[in-house]
Amino acid sequence: MTALLHVDNITKRFGGFVALDGVALEVNQGERLGLIGPNGSGKSTLVNCICGTLQNEVGNVRFDGKVMDGLSAHERTHAGLARSFQLPRPFHSMSLADNLRIPLLYTVHARQGLLRSTADLNARCHELLEMVGLAAKAHQLPRDLTQVEMRKLELARAVGAEPKLLIADESMAGLSHSEIDDILALLMRLNERGITIILIEHIMSAVMKFSQRIAVLVSGKKIADGAPQDVVRDPEVVRAYIGQ
Amino acid sequence: MVKFSLIAVAVGVALLLGAHWVSVDYLYFATYTILQFVVLATAWNILGGYCGYVNFGSAAFFALGAYSSVFLHKAFPLPVPLLIVVGGIVSGIVGLGMGYLTLRLRGSFFAIATLALAVVLATLVVNWDYVGGSRGAYIIRPESIDILGLKITYIEYLFALMLALTVIALIAARAIERSQLGFGFATIRDDELAAEACGVPTLKLKLIATTLSGAFMGMAGAPFPYYIGYLQPSSAFGLEYAVNSIAMPMIGGTTSWVGPLVGAILLGTAQQYATVTISSAVNLLIVGLMLVAFVIIAPNGIVGLVQERLRARRRQ
Repeated sequence: MTALLHVDNITKRFGGFVALDGVALEVNQGERLGLIGPNGSGKSTLVNCICGTLQNEVGNVRFDGKVMDGLSAHERTHAGLARSFQLPRPFHSMSLADNLRIPLLYTVHARQGLLRSTADLNARCHELLEMVGLAAKAHQLPRDLTQVEMRKLELARAVGAEPKLLIADESMAGLSHSEIDDILALLMRLNERGITIILIEHIMSAVMKFSQRIAVLVSGKKIADGAPQDVVRDPEVVRAYIGQ
Repeated sequence: MVKFSLIAVAVGVALLLGAHWVSVDYLYFATYTILQFVVLATAWNILGGYCGYVNFGSAAFFALGAYSSVFLHKAFPLPVPLLIVVGGIVSGIVGLGMGYLTLRLRGSFFAIATLALAVVLATLVVNWDYVGGSRGAYIIRPESIDILGLKITYIEYLFALMLALTVIALIAARAIERSQLGFGFATIRDDELAAEACGVPTLKLKLIATTLSGAFMGMAGAPFPYYIGYLQPSSAFGLEYAVNSIAMPMIGGTTSWVGPLVGAILLGTAQQYATVTISSAVNLLIVGLMLVAFVIIAPNGIVGLVQERLRARRRQ
């Protein structure tokens, strides 16, 4: 297996606070990686640095053989990196179908010149909505959705950009067991189609079920990286989560 | 798109013929002002309504258009249609520059920066003797003009130009709204971070918006010196342009091209009526009162109100 994403020695400071301290991470093509850590450990900051929402001061990010440093977020999306946000951020003045139209128009169309006709676009929007079970609500506004539907929309929009790597940032927080299973099944299906996935999550049962490998961040440092069973028994990880 | 353009042009021609048939000078003067506000409101809405960036400096772009005409009138006189093009280019470039310097700011900070631009430009013009400085500049308007062998009064000519500009601005606004560009603008208004994550090049789009918006404001201002005859900084940079350009789209509704049109016609007509019946000083009072009323009754403007009603009826 070849590595799709190389994160090398990334450091990010906010004033005097070191949010990420020399984090290194590799993700292989087609892999399902779980990224865990207590609140405030730097998981979202790491995602923001990988996706270009924040620029890291030290270290570099390579994706799909290309150096990502200095590229803006939309250029990284064009390169094949997509993310969902921890708190769903739908375009609230647009219908669900139009929400999905954006990555299609601005990423898929811009990247490959595909989806030229309106009919193709509409069909693809419908396909994406169907995938997350929201086809019936295509013409409603995001404010009419429930929490779980909102998170599904968020995922569908990220998938709409046809990424090689999808980073799902806490897509399951606050959901019930069956809703979590829904989202997990969706992520599994995407992975089967060849999309590499990084899952950031607090719900351990979901992470354990989903991940082939788990990396743990604590206070901006990576303290463990390995097979799920080994990682959860790692004394340092246990100490970080439960305390001594 | 083609259909809409044809309809818009047809309405414009009908208005032109209707006005020519009535042929009352006052009507031209009053309608010119209203049309000018339609263009200004539409231009403001490209940045303010579609992208969500509130520009308090509309007067600066309008004045730039007007003063580039004054400058050219003295340096090398051109026909007014060309002056409109020049005014558009000058204001468009300044819009691009302003965008580049200020678009990293959001919300009230951006609004303050645009206000500052207006103050800086006004100061420059006041101190620039060639275009009249604080004394102002006179432009003697010819009595009439020959167009294709037809002799018409100059005010009718200006009215016709402003009408054509209005038609162009409305067609452009509607075309943007329904294009990929319009979708991109809307994502900027809704959530810039999410827009970037979806692959929208937000900075580039915002620069397109400031350039277009500035250009149309400049075009609206370019014939103004000929209309008013005597241009001074305090009238070109007047508060009424900044306030009206914001208030008209807000009252009409900011999400569609119809909003600024409806708002400008409503407010513009009310102001013209008040100017004649009460006094010209009441103008801004009317704008203020209507803005307060609409913010309370219909925060999404008249268009928003109608859309809500329609949606509610469909649900029943």
